[in-house]
Amino acid sequence: MLPLGLGRTARPWVWLLLPILLVVLILIYPVIATFATSLKDARAEAWVGSENYRWAFSGAMLDVVGNNVLWLIAFPLITLVLALFTATLFDKVRYEPLAIMVVILPTAISFTEGSVIWTQMYSFQPAGSPQIGTLNAVLGLFGVGPVPWLIQPVVNNLALIFIAVWLQLGIATLILSSAIKNVGAEMIEAARLDGAGEWRIFRSMILPNILPSVLVVLTTMIIVALKVFDIVYVMTNGNFGTDVIANRLYYELFAVSNLGHASAIAVILLFSALPIALVNIFQFRAEARP
Amino acid sequence: MSETIPQGVPAPRPVAFARTVPSSGGRTGALRWLVHAVVAFIVLWFLPILALLLSSLRPQADTATSGWWMALVRPSYTAENYLLALDQLRIAGSLGTSLAIAIPTTVLVVLLSVIGAYALVRMNFAGRTALSLLLVALLVTPPQITLVPLLRLYNLMGLSGTIPGIWLYQVGFTLPFGVFLLRGFIALIPQELFERAHLDGASELRTFRSIVLPLSRPIMASLGIMAFLWSWNDLLIPLLFMGGSSMSLPITVNLAGMVAQTTQGQGPLMAATFLSVAIPLVLVISLQRYFVRGILGGAVKG
Repeated sequence: MLPLGLGRTARPWVWLLLPILLVVLILIYPVIATFATSLKDARAEAWVGSENYRWAFSGAMLDVVGNNVLWLIAFPLITLVLALFTATLFDKVRYEPLAIMVVILPTAISFTEGSVIWTQMYSFQPAGSPQIGTLNAVLGLFGVGPVPWLIQPVVNNLALIFIAVWLQLGIATLILSSAIKNVGAEMIEAARLDGAGEWRIFRSMILPNILPSVLVVLTTMIIVALKVFDIVYVMTNGNFGTDVIANRLYYELFAVSNLGHASAIAVILLFSALPIALVNIFQFRAEARP
Repeated sequence: MSETIPQGVPAPRPVAFARTVPSSGGRTGALRWLVHAVVAFIVLWFLPILALLLSSLRPQADTATSGWWMALVRPSYTAENYLLALDQLRIAGSLGTSLAIAIPTTVLVVLLSVIGAYALVRMNFAGRTALSLLLVALLVTPPQITLVPLLRLYNLMGLSGTIPGIWLYQVGFTLPFGVFLLRGFIALIPQELFERAHLDGASELRTFRSIVLPLSRPIMASLGIMAFLWSWNDLLIPLLFMGGSSMSLPITVNLAGMVAQTTQGQGPLMAATFLSVAIPLVLVISLQRYFVRGILGGAVKG
C-alpha cells in the first residue's frame, strides 16, 4: 500500500494517464519530430538547415502562400458579415427556429460532400450550349455569358472560399445569435422608444456588446481557413492557381515524397496558428480568474 | 472555479430562440421587407441540398442535358442512381467502413474526455494550470503538423491501412477539444455534492460514477455528436492512413476519388453523396439542442 501522501499526489496522474499518453503520441511527439524533419532533406536523412523554409517562400510557393493569405482574409470576413446579417435578422422573425435549422444543416456536411454538392452550382459549359450549372443558368437569364467559376483566376479562389462559407455559416450564426440574445431587450426597447433607428441600435448597442463573440467567430474561422484542404483537393486539386499550403503538403508527401518540404510547410501552418492559440490562452486565463 | 460562467458551459439562456417579435407596429413596411429578405436567404441557402436530392433522383439522360431544376418543371424520378451507387460504387461498404471508424472513435473520445476533464477539474495537483493552458493551445493545432512522423510511425507499428489506426489518430486529435468542452461543464457541478460524497466515504471512482457521469450526460451527448461528425466527415486522415488497405474506402475518400473520374456520370455520384450526408443530417436535425450546445461550448475551436 502506498503512503497516503504519495497516493494523493499520484492519483490525478493515474486518471490522466491514458488521455495524456494518447495526446503525446498523436500531437506532442509529432510536433517535435516535424520540427526536426523540416531541417532535413527530402528523405529526412541529412541536415540541410533552413533550405526547406527558403524553398517554401520562393518561386511557385509564393502563389500558394498568397492563396492562403486570400483564404485567411476573405473567408473569415465574408462569414462574419453574413453571420451578422443572419443572426440579427433571424432574431426579428417569427420562424427563427426554422431559419436557424436551415443554416445549421450544411455544418453537418463534410467539406468533401459540400464540394461535390457545389459542383452542380459551378458547372460550366462553353457559351452557346445549355448551362446545367445553377449559377451560369441564372447568369444566362440575365443575358450574361457563362463564367468558368473553377478555372478563371481569382474568381475560382473566391468560388472555393464560398463553399466553405456555405458550410460554416451556421456555426458563426449560432455563436453571434446567442450573443445577441444576451443583449438586454429592455435597453434596446428604450432606445427604440427614443426614436433610434434599427441600424443605429445595431451599430451602437448590439455590436459593442457582442464584440467578444465576433472575436470568437473570427479566430474560429481563421483556423478553418488555415488548414483548408478538402475543398481544394476535391474541386481543383490545386490547379488553375488555386493551390493552398495544406494541399501542397499532401502533394509533397505523396506525389514527390519530399519529407523535408512537407515538414517545413507543416511548421509554417503551425506557426500561423500560434497567434490564435495565444489569443485563446489569454481569453481562457481571463475567464478562469475569479 | 468562480461563480462566473466559463465559456465552456451553456449560458443560462443559451439560444432560447424565443419569439421576439418587435412590439411596436409602426414599421410594418420595413418589417415585411425584412421577412422577405430572410425567406429569400434561407431558400437560397437550402438550394444546394435540394439540388443534391433532385439530381440523385433524375434519370441519367436528363442529368447530362439539363440542370437539376428541370426536375421540378418536368418531374421524372428514378431510383436507378441509388442502385448504381450501391452496386458499382460499393457505397454500402464505404458507409460500413465509415461507421466502423466513427462509432468506436466517438465512444472512446467521450469516455476518455470525461475521465480527463474530471481529473483536471476536481483534483488539485501541481502542473494543473500548465496542463490546462497546453490544452487550449492544442485546440488549434493543425492536423498537418502530425502527418510526417505519424505516417512513419504507423508503418513501423503496422497500423497503416487499419481501422484501429484511424481510431487512435482521431481519438488523440479530438481529446483536447473533448476535455476542454467537458471541463467547463464539470466545473459547474456544485461543490457541496462532492463534499457530501467525500463525507459519506465515497471513493474517487464512486464519486465519478455516481455524480459526474450522470450529471454530465447532456454535455457528453454534445461531445458525442461533434466527435461523430468530425470522424465521419474527415477526409485527410483516412486518405493518408487507409491507403493500400483491402477494405472498402471510407465514404469521404471514396467520394473524393469519384469526383475526379466522371465515367459513372453525375447521378450515381449525387446518390452516393446524398446517402453519406443523410446520417449527419438526421443526427443534427434530431439532436439539434445537443449539437448547438456543443458548438457554443467549444466555440474556441470550432
